[in-house]
Amino acid sequence: MIEIKNLEKSFGENKVLKGISSVFETGKTNLIIGQSGSGKTVLLKTLLGIHEPSAGTIVFDGRDYSNLTRDERRALRTEIGMVFQGSALFDSMTVAENVAFPLKMFTKNSRSEIHDRVDFVLKRVNLIDAHHKLPSEISGGMQKRVAIARAIVNRPKYLFCDEPNSGLDPNTSTLIDNLIKEITEEYDITTVINTHDMNSVMEIGENILFLKNGVKAWQGNKDEMFVTENEAVVDFVYSSNLFKKVREAYLKDLK
Amino acid sequence: MLVRYLSQIGRYFLMWKEIFRKPTKWKVMKGLLIKEIDDLIIGSLGIVAFISFFVGGVVAIQTALNLNNPLIPKTLIGFATRQSVLLEFAPTFISIVMAGKMGSFITSSIGTMRVTEQIDALEVMGVNAVNYLVFPKLMALLLYPFVIGIAMFLGMLGGWMAGVYGGFTSSDNFIAGLQSDFQPFHIAYAFIKTFLFALLLATIPSFHGFYMKGGALEVGKASTVAFVWTSVTIILVNYIITQLLLT
Repeated sequence: MIEIKNLEKSFGENKVLKGISSVFETGKTNLIIGQSGSGKTVLLKTLLGIHEPSAGTIVFDGRDYSNLTRDERRALRTEIGMVFQGSALFDSMTVAENVAFPLKMFTKNSRSEIHDRVDFVLKRVNLIDAHHKLPSEISGGMQKRVAIARAIVNRPKYLFCDEPNSGLDPNTSTLIDNLIKEITEEYDITTVINTHDMNSVMEIGENILFLKNGVKAWQGNKDEMFVTENEAVVDFVYSSNLFKKVREAYLKDLK
Repeated sequence: MLVRYLSQIGRYFLMWKEIFRKPTKWKVMKGLLIKEIDDLIIGSLGIVAFISFFVGGVVAIQTALNLNNPLIPKTLIGFATRQSVLLEFAPTFISIVMAGKMGSFITSSIGTMRVTEQIDALEVMGVNAVNYLVFPKLMALLLYPFVIGIAMFLGMLGGWMAGVYGGFTSSDNFIAGLQSDFQPFHIAYAFIKTFLFALLLATIPSFHGFYMKGGALEVGKASTVAFVWTSVTIILVNYIITQLLLT
């Protein structure tokens, strides 16, 4: 579980996060949504330790990040898996080498143990055939799956995903969403996903944090999102006619 | 402007500290080191050999063409070639060429990793990205004096071939010139500055790649800026070392 309390982040005069408090629960897919410029990426990067918070606390299962030493922070980072928006695979390494990288860096596993674990996670994301390919030789969706495999190979406690569906077709997006959800439940990890994609919200949104102008405007699950009267959420989520109709149908069914 | 430069210089020296902190596992580093030796050292030998050989030849021809006075011995061609190649051409001129060749490769490869979030990925995993990326380059460039040694040899060989086969001097005269008034300290001087240039060649382009911001266009700009600063620094260090060691 990750708990944030009164989290603030400023860049000079510009206050981007304005006292956000929330809990990201273990075993659930926690989503951060909001308009561009609402502070989603800054929140994610602050959680990852890329940005230092200006005020407030981030607690990872009882460990207050701001009280940790530099080495303890590095150790905590080895418990984190991250899927970047552009996958961020190492170009010079094959798929298998990319996935094996965290194991080579942080474990004392033998070559055969690493090989077995890499095979296992590549099978888990249905990419066993791509073993020896370079990232440039596989599609965007496959790159995302390799990034997920790399993120989970060292059995992380926390999984962060930044726009995991960006640039993907609807089928592949659903595949990636479902994969993340299954992995979250299977390994009982705390997953935090930063997304714009409303399909993902409707598909896997178990705990949704809605940000507006750096402030927590709403929090709840996907079912609560259908019935909420919160103006900011309604304006943002149901701005498209498709989702407006989906909501109307859902509300009609409820009645 | 001045504050920005000072802050960049400060950041550069802080990067040096970071290079040696929390080293990457030797098992991983070994592979990186071999790759960097291949990319930076072995990959530079061809161009270094080509330039050295022909510039050595040109130095010999230019010297010969300027020897109009019959009282000046022909051994001066070998002597001038040796001094030019040994003291300046091989260590300094080749290092400036390498600032372009090696430096732009280093800046663009690290800069591309920055743009595509690969450096963020390393840092989020808990890897000391500066050590992982810059340390193997620094270690690989400890072999740079060997490249310069080869440049010295080929420069003099090129001078000998151009001098002798161009009909400007005899082989005996050229070799006598090469051996005349030889000061072994000049070799030490050349290699001391080569070692310092190697440190600059590894770290300045790495610094510009690592701390760059923006997209693909900025990677190109960072490579150009890195080349300019590496060359300027090499020239300044060359001047300081020459003042300190030869005067």
